Amino acid sequence: MRIPCPSCGERGHEEFAYLGDASLVRPDPTAPDAEARFADYVYLRDNPAGALRELWYHAAGCHAWLVVTRDTRTHEISGVEPAKAAALRRQEAG
Amino acid sequence: MAEQPFRLKQTGRLGTEKPLAFTFDGKRYEGMAGDTLASALLANGVQLVGRSFKYHRPRGIFSAGSEEPNALVELRSGARREPNTRATMIELYDGLDARSQNRWPSLSLDLLAVNSLAAPILSAGFYYKTFMWPSQFWEKVYEPLIRRAAGLGRAAQEADPDHYEKATAFCDVLVIGAGPAGLMAALAAGRAGARVILAEEDFRLGGRLLGDRRRLDGQPSPQWVAQIEAELDEMPNVRIMTRTTVFGAYDGGVYGALERVSDHLPEPLPFTPRQRLWHIIARRTVLAAGAIERPLLFGNNDRPGVMLAGAVRTYLNRHAVAPGGRAIVFATNDDAARTVADLTAAGIAVVALVDPRPRPPSSSIDLADRVGAAFVTGIISRAIGLRQVEAAVVETDRGRTIVYDCDLIAVSGGWNPSIHLSTHLGGKPVWNEDRAAFLPGTPPPGTTVIGAAAGDFALRDCLAEGARAGLDAAEGEGFDGDEPALPEVDPEGTGIGPLLTTTAARGKTFVDLQNDVTVKDVELANREGFHAVEHLKRYTTLGMATDQGKTANVLGLALMAELTGKPIAAIGTTTARPPFTPVAIGALAGHHRGRDFRPTRLTPSHDWAARQGAVFVEAGQWLRAQYFPRPGEADWLATVNREVNAVRTSVGVCDVSTLGKIDIQGADAATFLDRVYTNTFSTLPVGKARYGLMLREDGFVMDDGTTARLADDHFFMTTTTANAAKVMQHLEFCHQWLWPELDVALVSVTEAWSQYAVSGPKSRDVLRTVIDPEHDISDAAFPYMAAGAISVGGIPGRLFRLSFSGELAYEIALPASYGNALIQALMEAGAPFGIVPYGTEALGVMRVEKGHVAGNELNGTTTAHDLGLGRMVSAKKDFIGRTLANRAALIDTNRPRLAGFRPVDRTERLRAGAHFIQLDTEAVAANDQGYMTSVAFSPTLGHWIGLGLISGGEKRIGEIVRAYDPVRNGDIAVEIVAPVFVDPEGVKLRG
Ligand SMILES: [Zn+2]
Repeated sequence: MRIPCPSCGERGHEEFAYLGDASLVRPDPTAPDAEARFADYVYLRDNPAGALRELWYHAAGCHAWLVVTRDTRTHEISGVEPAKAAALRRQEAG
Repeated sequence: MAEQPFRLKQTGRLGTEKPLAFTFDGKRYEGMAGDTLASALLANGVQLVGRSFKYHRPRGIFSAGSEEPNALVELRSGARREPNTRATMIELYDGLDARSQNRWPSLSLDLLAVNSLAAPILSAGFYYKTFMWPSQFWEKVYEPLIRRAAGLGRAAQEADPDHYEKATAFCDVLVIGAGPAGLMAALAAGRAGARVILAEEDFRLGGRLLGDRRRLDGQPSPQWVAQIEAELDEMPNVRIMTRTTVFGAYDGGVYGALERVSDHLPEPLPFTPRQRLWHIIARRTVLAAGAIERPLLFGNNDRPGVMLAGAVRTYLNRHAVAPGGRAIVFATNDDAARTVADLTAAGIAVVALVDPRPRPPSSSIDLADRVGAAFVTGIISRAIGLRQVEAAVVETDRGRTIVYDCDLIAVSGGWNPSIHLSTHLGGKPVWNEDRAAFLPGTPPPGTTVIGAAAGDFALRDCLAEGARAGLDAAEGEGFDGDEPALPEVDPEGTGIGPLLTTTAARGKTFVDLQNDVTVKDVELANREGFHAVEHLKRYTTLGMATDQGKTANVLGLALMAELTGKPIAAIGTTTARPPFTPVAIGALAGHHRGRDFRPTRLTPSHDWAARQGAVFVEAGQWLRAQYFPRPGEADWLATVNREVNAVRTSVGVCDVSTLGKIDIQGADAATFLDRVYTNTFSTLPVGKARYGLMLREDGFVMDDGTTARLADDHFFMTTTTANAAKVMQHLEFCHQWLWPELDVALVSVTEAWSQYAVSGPKSRDVLRTVIDPEHDISDAAFPYMAAGAISVGGIPGRLFRLSFSGELAYEIALPASYGNALIQALMEAGAPFGIVPYGTEALGVMRVEKGHVAGNELNGTTTAHDLGLGRMVSAKKDFIGRTLANRAALIDTNRPRLAGFRPVDRTERLRAGAHFIQLDTEAVAANDQGYMTSVAFSPTLGHWIGLGLISGGEKRIGEIVRAYDPVRNGDIAVEIVAPVFVDPEGVKLRG
């Protein structure tokens, strides 16, 4: 599999470390049910068939975290953006 | 030495007439350049080349390509001995030495052929049935027996002396296969200007154009091939890779290919690898891998002398070898005429052409007439002969039985397109009734399958599809070109009958030659309910040999279809997975063997340490000095005791450059650290360091280390050696994904700094003479946990007053290029004090004496509370891991928690890994209370001490428990004590 890194260009997946679902948001630690929310955040994962936004880290490259949109059935990658940009957008959206 | 009695003179196409000498089973023969071992053996009339896997049946050469199921030999000797090499793929070289395998004591007299008589118990599923009981018989009796009787060749016993390489190549268009379709595709894409890789498994381009006598634009086919090859050779954008098998298709246009760089030579040339593993990254792919001919089912269809018809033509036309002297052709298709014509042209008598089709083409009948062969509508039911075909029994459609004397049976049951690579990413093959073949379903993105691989077997179709697919692929990548003009080709018949399974077979009838799977085995599988194709495969082992059933699988499916009364399309087919042909593990490993398995990282003073006689130990990728033995020291323990005593009484120096080092800067750097550490760093004054603890989000400890504040907005973090990369990745995640709004930047500077721990009461005295005088390092100016800039000989560096040993101690850092000079300066300055270098062992002893946790305790299953570090967990702020660390189960004080241990009998040795059990309780898992994580002999105390995790931890100080170590027969009483053994008040480190 090849991942087009926005800073390094297209590279083999062996240069990257995988984390997983990028839709997970670190819960508010002051919420009354924070422990349950954190347990979900840390342990529970969906396993969708189809497009999934997920986090990859360019470990053997620029050290950027990336949000890669990958089809879990075909491994086709339809989008890549720096995680930081996506995170800032997420914050703006509230 | 024998002549080559079966070498044809008149149709010779060999490049040179210089004979090459080789031996097979110790006997000397001659062959020609351009031969394979198979063609050279046939030229010498050697038909019997091996014994079969299970029944030890005599076997000959069945094919002329990589699909060969029978002719497996042991090639070369000594360290280069390689079992199970296909004689059809071995290029002959002068001095080649090969042996038959799977026979004892000799090939012609194989006593293990009695397995044939035991056939009833060796049928499908015999492993499952026969050896069910008693189970202990399996290991002791059955397995050794079976391994000896049914095996393949012997692997070399010595280490492989050859090198293997890995390489990566990029192209716009990858063309797989250089037959007529592939050549035209490469030509079209190459002329358009695309970067083309043309990969061919054979050592020559041409595919069937070498094995068949075709005419293109009036030229014999090999001449036409040479002309195209010359043009491709001239193109700088085209790379021709022969001896290269593309064995796997992977995601994103990545292909695995194996180039046999040196296998055609006695041994690799100097500085040349034996094989090269390629990653080919292709924008587009044209799969033109051709097709593999199907055998036919009849009794004794495995006898030497039974050969695929296409292979017969290859031996005749390409290698100028007669695979027999008197032939019969048995085929379900129009190709048979070509086989008859080529045999006749080579002067080989064809006694009959047997075709089961009720309406055979008149051209075949006419041809048979012309060459004096009988044309029979019918089938062959059985071959006669033991080590060699002697006759064929033919059953006509009118019920007559005719026996034809012959020594060669050329068979063709049609062709299976080589669609394997089109299925590696999940494409499902589709059965096509007209062509009696599985055709590619949905190929991988960007891939076009053409020619015989797509079920289009006619030469004119192959050429036309190649021209179109090559140009399409190039245009798809933005190149412009024209379709190359197609050569005129001679006419050909492509009619094919249905897949033939029903036979009046008598005698063993083989479906899978390599795994000795017979028609009876498939029938048995059906009777016992293993109808599903994947069950059939596993129950009978059909298609599970090294050839992966290239000539067998479709026949097996057709049989099952017939037995169950379903169409083949409903039976489906098994999944083809990489690799297409076997790939040596050595090639997959490449240079990553032994010491080169992964990079070895050396600190700047490594050579200096080696000169001091250091013994090194691996710490992740690093080599660290473990201890520095001196002459006269009895053992490593004596050395380590001396090093510890030197530090505790005077001074020692230890290379700590391998610690992970991360430079953290930015206006929000302090806020950032507060969020990743359990304790607070925003309160740390500039010029001070603090020990920090990091958790994972699940609440368990990730890593520890010290972080110094060099300026308001500048911190310098150290991590453990083992976790350096993991911590960096974690911090980048926190910064880039969790808190992108923070103004902070991180950079790994592990390799940028050389760092030494200078420890012991005399450490300040040593440093005073090394550090430039303008820097005040007195206790008042530079107290415990101070951190700041210094210089050594004008070179700017850093000093940290940290102590892992519990003594007065510092860590001094200079840029890495000065590391070697710095250690020598420190040793020189320390000489008056008897300074010693110490290694990781002494470091470890002193940290156990001080109760500091390290890798053995930071093992991913321990919490801050478990490690006695609960006081470092701030309740005033959020940080990674805080919420889940407070789960009830994780703060339960009965969890195994850190404590110290000493033997009740002080002369006893402690062992790490020993489990704690209460006195007078049984040593069973239910009574397990934890285990010893680290032990050391404390020269300071004169006995062994240990750290461990025990239920309740320090609550149980004073209690005596068993340290039970069944692996090393240890079972001793130990006392639970506080985990700090030396200077618990920390007086010494503040001096
Ligand atoms: Zn990158």
